[in-house]
Amino acid sequence: MTSDEREAKLEIDTLSAWYEDNRALDGVTMTIAAREVTAIIGPSGCGKSTLIRCINRMHELVPKARMHGRVRLDGVDVYGAASDPAALRRRIGMVFQKPNPFPMMSVRDNVLSGLRLTRSIPANGLDEVVERALTQAALWDEVKDRLDRPGTSLSGGQQQRLCIARALAIEPEVLLMDEPCSALDPIATTRIEDLLHTLRTRYTIVIVTHNMQQAARVSQRTAFLLGGQLIELSETDALFTSPTDKRTEDYITGKFG
Amino acid sequence: MKPSIRQLECFAAVIDTGAFSRAAARLGLSQPALSHAIRELEEGLGARLFDRTTRRVELTEAGRLFQQTALAGLSEIDRAVGLVRDLSTLRQGVVRIAAPPLLAATVLPVLLLVVLMGDVIATGAPRLGWDFLTSYPSRKPELAGILPGLVGSVYMVTLTAAFSLPVGVGAALYLEEYAGRSRFATLIEVNIANLAGVPSIIYGLLGLEIFARTLGLGRSLLAGSFTMALLVLPIVILASREALRAVPLSMREAGFALGGTRWQVTRRIVLPMAAPGILTGAILSVSRAIGEAAPLIVLGALTYVDFLPTSPSSPFTVLPIQIFNWVSRPQAGFVVDAAAGIIVLMIMLLVLNGTAIVLRNRYEHRPVR
Repeated sequence: MTSDEREAKLEIDTLSAWYEDNRALDGVTMTIAAREVTAIIGPSGCGKSTLIRCINRMHELVPKARMHGRVRLDGVDVYGAASDPAALRRRIGMVFQKPNPFPMMSVRDNVLSGLRLTRSIPANGLDEVVERALTQAALWDEVKDRLDRPGTSLSGGQQQRLCIARALAIEPEVLLMDEPCSALDPIATTRIEDLLHTLRTRYTIVIVTHNMQQAARVSQRTAFLLGGQLIELSETDALFTSPTDKRTEDYITGKFG
Repeated sequence: MKPSIRQLECFAAVIDTGAFSRAAARLGLSQPALSHAIRELEEGLGARLFDRTTRRVELTEAGRLFQQTALAGLSEIDRAVGLVRDLSTLRQGVVRIAAPPLLAATVLPVLLLVVLMGDVIATGAPRLGWDFLTSYPSRKPELAGILPGLVGSVYMVTLTAAFSLPVGVGAALYLEEYAGRSRFATLIEVNIANLAGVPSIIYGLLGLEIFARTLGLGRSLLAGSFTMALLVLPIVILASREALRAVPLSMREAGFALGGTRWQVTRRIVLPMAAPGILTGAILSVSRAIGEAAPLIVLGALTYVDFLPTSPSSPFTVLPIQIFNWVSRPQAGFVVDAAAGIIVLMIMLLVLNGTAIVLRNRYEHRPVR
């Protein structure tokens, strides 16, 4: 294992989570390294989404949801008494399964919505923020002439990249992506995957996917979850070629899931 | 043997005319036939009913006794025959309208409404005009105008909206965005749903006690508006909650994920997206206040006002009360005034509802997928 050589960005420590009485996560412990892409795979309902929603404290917004365990960002407990969930989420951005740009806002306003929402608008340089975020999200060339059109007027793939730009505009350190391509066609998916390769030099990325080929293409390390438990976490190449756990092997060879 | 109706009719005719000959003529009988019928009646009863003298026919004591009740019976029978005849010639009776369920649910109510409105418009339209809108009430129907009612209604609706909107939208925001599923929230919810069904006159009594008497606002515009605000508050809350609920959860999640606090997400994302729906609901709720007269009558809004309200503490009248006043006057001219007033009220409602529809259509967002 080379994980100790890496700089640990996120440490998840015996994390369990419930929705009412349904246990979604069962004692997950794993480390997510800085500036690389970690993929989380597993069959539906295995707790992939719950895991990343516990990282940026979105899980607690669900009524009757609860969790137990520790998540540390740069060694600081995100559930500590001094931790502010809103401030935390500004450091840990999130992209959702379905593109969800704000329909009442233009492309430009969508990118700036995070800054406006938290009233952390820089005195000047808003145009630079918009251009930088959209360029990072590989969307600038396509939308630079229609920044004032509604965000929802874009295609599905463009909308998802707009959501990525929106998340990047507040300059997070970590980007959580919850099956960001599941609602997109293959071409739009390819564009997002290409984008991940450039983004990972600057951000720590955790991507949930049920598409194993995608995990293999975009990630450096892959975690396999089953029934709320972490079965295996290793280098992506290693996990897909020589899994150490029988259940991982069964899953990636398509015996279930 | 019971007397026949025919015999009773003969008996009645003889009493009415005082002579056998005239009675026979009225009934279209020959005199002997009439005499025969009376004799049969007397035989059946076992008593003489008439003293027959040459000059006049007079009732015996038995005759008078018989007259009192038998003739009452006869007129009852006549009435019964008349009722049936009226029914069959459609002069009176219950009108039954039958229609297939779909028509009954759609066309019929509209049709009835159209007939009603048509009747009102036909009556009131000739009376409408600038004079009618700008005149004060008068004892002479042709001089009376609607101005104080119109101005009073506009002021009252404006004040009602100003009071009920902030409170109503605030309550809706609390219930939808903050309260969650707490027992307290459920209690409030049940109460709001119940309040929406309380008859408006109860609000009038409440307003009378709290605003007019306890707070000493009297029969002022302010007291009326507060009462109306209470009346529409449950509807404003329900409509606002509906609009807030229509904002997809994914919008809130996007806001939270960008680092917004609950208030920031509510204020800058949820509220703007729900605003058209809230506004539409608010206009529709407030327009209910325009048509209400009952609570204001209880509260003591004036029915004869020859001045315009100058401040929120002025006495006032509103359109429905002015119309109510005119309808209850005996002179036919005031019925025309009332019809014209109803047209003004209807136009006001249509304008408000039209605004609501335009707003809804203009700002309607396609559902976010």
